[in-house]
Amino acid sequence: MTDNTKKTPRTKPRFSATFDPFTISEIQRAAATGIYDIRGAGTKRKLPHFDDLLFLGASISRYPLEGYRERCDTDVVLGTRFAKKPIHLKTPVTIAGMSFGALSAQAKEALGRGASAVGTSTTTGDGGMTPEERGHSSTLVYQYLPSRYGMNPDDLRRADAIEVVVGQGAKPGGGGMLLGQKISSRVARMRDLPEGIDQRSACRHPDWTGPDDLEIKIEELREITAWEKPIYIKVGASRPYYDVSLAVKAGADVVVLDGMQGGTAATQEVFIEHVGLPILSAIRPAVQALQDLGMHRKVQLIVSGGIRSGADMAKALALGADAVAIGTAALIALGDQSPELADEYARLGTVPGAYDDWQDGRDPAGITTQDPELAARLDPILGGRRIANYLSVMTMEAQAIARACGKSHLHNLEPEDLVALTMEAAAMTRIPLAGTEWYPGRQGF
Amino acid sequence: MSNMQEIDLVRCTLREANSQLQGEDATGAWIIRNPQGRHALAVGLNAPIDVVIDGQAGYYAGGMNKHANITIEGNAGPGVAENMMSGSTHVRGNASMAAGATGHGGLLVIDGDAGARCGISMKGIEIVVRGSVGHMSAFMAQSGTLVICGDAGEALGDSLYEAKIFVRGEVRSLGADCEEKDMTADDLAHLRSLLDRAGVSEYPADSFRLYGSARRLYHFHVDNAAAY
Ligand SMILES: Cc1cc2nc3c(=O)[nH]c(=O)nc-3n(C[C@H](O)[C@H](O)[C@H](O)COP(=O)(O)O)c2cc1C
Repeated sequence: MTDNTKKTPRTKPRFSATFDPFTISEIQRAAATGIYDIRGAGTKRKLPHFDDLLFLGASISRYPLEGYRERCDTDVVLGTRFAKKPIHLKTPVTIAGMSFGALSAQAKEALGRGASAVGTSTTTGDGGMTPEERGHSSTLVYQYLPSRYGMNPDDLRRADAIEVVVGQGAKPGGGGMLLGQKISSRVARMRDLPEGIDQRSACRHPDWTGPDDLEIKIEELREITAWEKPIYIKVGASRPYYDVSLAVKAGADVVVLDGMQGGTAATQEVFIEHVGLPILSAIRPAVQALQDLGMHRKVQLIVSGGIRSGADMAKALALGADAVAIGTAALIALGDQSPELADEYARLGTVPGAYDDWQDGRDPAGITTQDPELAARLDPILGGRRIANYLSVMTMEAQAIARACGKSHLHNLEPEDLVALTMEAAAMTRIPLAGTEWYPGRQGF
Repeated sequence: MSNMQEIDLVRCTLREANSQLQGEDATGAWIIRNPQGRHALAVGLNAPIDVVIDGQAGYYAGGMNKHANITIEGNAGPGVAENMMSGSTHVRGNASMAAGATGHGGLLVIDGDAGARCGISMKGIEIVVRGSVGHMSAFMAQSGTLVICGDAGEALGDSLYEAKIFVRGEVRSLGADCEEKDMTADDLAHLRSLLDRAGVSEYPADSFRLYGSARRLYHFHVDNAAAY
């Protein structure tokens, strides 16, 4: 007998680029459940990012600083415009707003310990301030969100700064979300919600709309806190030139600009992947707005969304930011995505590196959960040490780059220190394409 | 009243006015003359004092109040008594939008009408409006009570959580997940005491109807998609 199958070449299974396996599984999931996918983390698509920029380093015309001998300062002062008590940070990388509720009490404590150890700030989130996080954070920024969960004048006065949240990079135009699994009795009490419900926060503030109202709202917050606290305005990157201009007009001391790579505790996948701007494209317009108003370095700019390393931080600063903020990277430093959890991730249908069910409350690392047993796995002291280590590494990396560029302060990094690797990055940042003096739009084309 | 301490906004700044009132050790009765619609009047108060705003107030009058009893002799702008924690605020005229927004406690009484979104996102405050309220009132209201002696605009109680809404007049329309409820004896007693505290004696409690959450939107479900 002859084996015909061996001789006749067969068409190999070929996956469609349009209907790729992920897309197909999404259609199947949608049809089976009737509800959009809700997940945590940020966008997973490839986007123009800081990797598309490089530093030039020193040369004959620019000389470097000695790596271990010559100073390269890293401090930053936030809130110098109106606040009587501006914030002094030793390093320009802060911990972004993440709520107790989205994160376990242990995770919040670890973030506070780590940030305080290196002299930087942490931020509350969409759920109010816990006494523990106030206690463990030497500098704590208190978020003022549309939901106003747990908002009260005592915490407002206990805070070191106030961040009015207009939007978030993962979901500009969307409100917070916390699914029932994470609305434990303590979380429910803090937010004044029934236990176990799927919480949908408002996307607009209840008592102001538009920049003129916002200006009055800020006046009220300043009056309540005796004009002491720096007031930040956080926006998701969507129309950065106008949003930054309007935030300055409304009286912000600091603008926080969060790009679409920014993480979230829980949002519709379609929102995470399809709304907002990559942070790389948003920094130059934001800085331009500040410069056009004569406010660059007077109103400080904090950028976030996919910041992973000292290199990313240095590039953001070179583009004109005053500081950066991290969310996802801090969670990874705490133990999220750890290969040691591979078996447990497998039971949740995922693998280390791809775990994004932060909405689900079953985080084996004890970070994005309210389950007491899971949360107890995270040692806040060890976690704090890991955060401090990671923040120190980021700072030292940024210093290494700055010294190589001959800068005695991270804030002396400038666009001229950078080149772009792709046309997209060149167009978005107005940084010349490597080896040329040209970026799209320059000299008419 | 002769023993009232007087603050005249023609003669001092808003900061000076508020800082006199804000101390935890502030005492007695105060009157703010010439408010002239200024914003952020008497915000962040912290002690059981009596404050009269002798005229019209702008945005956020009495915002985040704790303990104080504030009376606004004229009309109030948007967000009057926003995020009030305790104490009381009495508006003798009308109130603009978002009256009592996100309030956690205390009593807000509005003698006239209130604009849109009265009691939006309320978290325990009690609000009595002698007149009518605008659209989207008690939107996402979490807890507390809104009493409306007049009519309610469109989409009353949209996406309501556990707050209770009593209405005497017409309801233009109910928002998603808001439905009429049977009034229990406890509800009636609570309403009576609120009307009493607000000084409303002309309307009997049993002339009101009660609205609350149908609790159908508490969990995401495909069959509720049209309601979102
Ligand atoms: C678990 C988690 C919870 C978050 N919660 C909030 C929040 O309550 N308020 C807010 O403004 N942003 C929230 N964010 C967004 C962060 O503040 C920040 O904008 C974002 O994480 C920055 O991007 P990165 O994650 O790429 O560093 C959250 C992010 C994460 C990962």
